[in-house]
Amino acid sequence: MATYSAIAHNFTPPSATTSAQIGAGAMTLIKTVTASDSSDISFVHGSSDVVFDSTYKTYLFKFISLHLSSDTYLSLLGRDGGSNFDATKTSSYFRVEHTEDDSSTGFTIKTNLDVAQATGETKLSGNTSDDNDNAYSGELYVFNPSSTTFIKHYFGQINVISGADALEAGYFAGYFNHTAALDGIKITVGTGNIASGTIKMYGIA
Amino acid sequence: MATYKSIRYNTPVSNGGSRVLLAETTASSSATVSFTSGIDSTYKEYLFTFTSVHPATDDVKLTFQGNAAGESGFNETITSAMFRSQLDEGDSDSNLLYNAAADQAQGTAFQQLSDNGLGNGNDESMSGYLSLFNPSSTTFVKHFMGRNNMYQKDSYTNDNFLTGYFNTTSAIDEIQFKMSSGNIDAGTFKLYGVN
Repeated sequence: MATYSAIAHNFTPPSATTSAQIGAGAMTLIKTVTASDSSDISFVHGSSDVVFDSTYKTYLFKFISLHLSSDTYLSLLGRDGGSNFDATKTSSYFRVEHTEDDSSTGFTIKTNLDVAQATGETKLSGNTSDDNDNAYSGELYVFNPSSTTFIKHYFGQINVISGADALEAGYFAGYFNHTAALDGIKITVGTGNIASGTIKMYGIA
Repeated sequence: MATYKSIRYNTPVSNGGSRVLLAETTASSSATVSFTSGIDSTYKEYLFTFTSVHPATDDVKLTFQGNAAGESGFNETITSAMFRSQLDEGDSDSNLLYNAAADQAQGTAFQQLSDNGLGNGNDESMSGYLSLFNPSSTTFVKHFMGRNNMYQKDSYTNDNFLTGYFNTTSAIDEIQFKMSSGNIDAGTFKLYGVN
């Protein structure tokens, strides 16, 4: 008679088998990294159980309560097959702002946060505060990183409180301008460390 | 002997992450739709979706607020911002703007998910999502962000972007939705935990 353990390995479990999961979407958690005074956080295909290749067409990174040790910014780097995070990027950035005292609002293109064919860091925010209750939350989508035909688009949003006690919600979008596969992403800071927080990486089928 | 059919429903299969549906409410002439359980430290992110929300009253806004753990009343401090694009069905009027009428600066009112009013014609509704990050934190403020598309009264599409934070270090464990006036006539609200 077939045993449970034998049967269990003879079929591919459906991705959703309960009413609680039906319709949940095929979003698979690949990796969770918890920062602890980390100078940067990297996700590289084949390293530390990270999958960042043709397995998924879309990858999603969630930034959850990233608290920085300094009044500085968060930035993005990509790796296009070499060992260095120097993938070329072109991206634009706009931001909505609103001060807690209601003295000002903003809805503007931030040319100081865009990049045109840059191989260095792409800022995901301006300088913010390291107040104890301040932390970044947001998300980054990366599309078809394994393509060796097309550029690789990305977009996202990140929220934080500025040093002037204002909501700053940054919306960024651009592309890695190379046809080599993108196999790594690095999140880093201008100075100091990511004191705490979590970054989650998902694959979306 | 156990069959495949019987076994598959006895096996706790995980899809390896993803969204887990925690609660679902179908509004039916409802004054409010509240999620008063399931928002805790289990997940770092919670996702609310609302689908085909239809108001009983014309020209009203769908709104939401939070309640901190151990407290009463949906009246947490919010700083927020909202922008949107719109286009009328006659293709004669389009724009993109930040609308301060829909934001809050340390306000405790229910937060609008649109600046313009939702129509209540039979086929008029709004659908979208709202993400809430790390609501159980007792260290950080709680950011939220969302987007929805709405049928504005007078036959416009509105693409609404809403973002901000609950400016509290208390945990947020309850969220409530309601119209700025009148009932939520119909619509489905879902709460997911994001692994």
